[in-house]
Amino acid sequence: MATYSTNEFRSGLKLMLDGDPCSIIENEFVKPGKGQAFNRVKIRNLKTGRVLEKTFKSGESVEAADVIDTDMQYLYTDGDAWYFMDPETYEQVGADENAVADAVKWLKEQDICEVTLWNGNPIAVTPANHVVLTVTETDPGLRGDTSGGGGKPATCDTGAVVRVPLFIEEGEQIKVDTRTGEYIGRAKD
Amino acid sequence: MSDWRPSASLDTLRLRARLLAQTRAFFHARDVWEVDTPALSQAAAPDPHIHSFAVCAADKTPRYLHTSPEFPMKRLLAAGSGSIYQICKVFREGEAGRRHNPEFTLLEWYRTGFDHHALMKELDLLVRELVGGRLLLQASQFFSYAEALQRFADLDLQKADVEALQACARRHRLDAPTLGDDRDAWLDLLMSHVVEPALPRDCPVFIYDYPASQAALARIRDGVAERFELYINGMELANGFHELADAEEQRQRFEAENRQRQQQGLPVAPIDTHLLAALAQGLPDCAGVALGFDRLLMLITGQTEIGSVLSFDSECT
Repeated sequence: MATYSTNEFRSGLKLMLDGDPCSIIENEFVKPGKGQAFNRVKIRNLKTGRVLEKTFKSGESVEAADVIDTDMQYLYTDGDAWYFMDPETYEQVGADENAVADAVKWLKEQDICEVTLWNGNPIAVTPANHVVLTVTETDPGLRGDTSGGGGKPATCDTGAVVRVPLFIEEGEQIKVDTRTGEYIGRAKD
Repeated sequence: MSDWRPSASLDTLRLRARLLAQTRAFFHARDVWEVDTPALSQAAAPDPHIHSFAVCAADKTPRYLHTSPEFPMKRLLAAGSGSIYQICKVFREGEAGRRHNPEFTLLEWYRTGFDHHALMKELDLLVRELVGGRLLLQASQFFSYAEALQRFADLDLQKADVEALQACARRHRLDAPTLGDDRDAWLDLLMSHVVEPALPRDCPVFIYDYPASQAALARIRDGVAERFELYINGMELANGFHELADAEEQRQRFEAENRQRQQQGLPVAPIDTHLLAALAQGLPDCAGVALGFDRLLMLITGQTEIGSVLSFDSECT
């Protein structure tokens, strides 16, 4: 059985807790000058999506979750499930709403995402850090304004709403950071 | 490109320098003199919660980087130094986080003829002088450890067996699945997770008279340890003792700590026999305290990450 010591704890690490695979969101080292050191962690249960807090004695080991993070290509959704394909084996899996969670607004067909598999089932989807989206709806651009000051909301082809500079027009492609949801720049071909 | 820049701003580092100068002036005015003791020792701190870095030269017995300058400073006291202070880097393996860096700056001082209450008052004066007008501090508050648990965690320490502590943790929605029946670990959990965040803000808060099981190097009087801690805005800044002077009791505590280390699979710490010999010779009645200088700077500058007050934190060394 693989285990992780608390000093290996960092966000993204996958642990087994109470029989469910979980992912660390935040890890905080708490220690009185004299006395027991703790790792206080915020974790997401990858099966239920629930976020919980637990505290471990520092130096203890916790069972590692037998999960695999694998790069897969997003294909399509039928509304109930989102389908991904392993680009090497062409094997396909369907992820449910819990697994896709917040990633849904960044999913563009044919983009590569990281899919977390547990016993072969997708339990979490992480989009690439940067994605290129097409603006489908936004207020008309201001000609000549390239300052980037101010900004306006723009709806993208995936449904994500991103704050963009005033000069961005409908139909343009933009690069967005999926971790912060922020506009990075125009996509350059 | 390598990120070579300091982790603190130059303004913060200049402030650090000014505070160090102010600290030295504070002690100079009180006839407390500055000492400089070795950072390397053949002995290590036996406290099972503190881990020393071992330094190995080829074919030599290991030396340990000090985790506090306490032992050699007590030898100076036994030799007749009178009140002394030291500002130095100390090293603790495995301590890294928002408020922890594996090497950090301690200001440690000893006052002969003081007990822990007298030293709390002096610490209060020093902190107020260093904070100056940069932060408005209200009147200091003092709680015994038992009062603090009662008031901020609604727990009666007298009746608190492990089950009561577990129940209290559950009431505060704390889930710590692996603490087992380690009573002191449960107490530490409640202090750090429940009491600390609930302490009054914008004033120094002193907690004193700790459980005898957490005496460390403090005297035990009527079943409580004459130990104190200073918190400001929920952050622990200092830990002090009315110092244990009994060599035999000190030896027994060290040996008990080393037995705990063995049970936990930790390396046994070579005991500081020079310290024990000095205590046997006679340590003057004194109180001592160690203040985390970086934490004080965090408080004054409003920083929440210790790296923001260090020239270079452990990530960029």
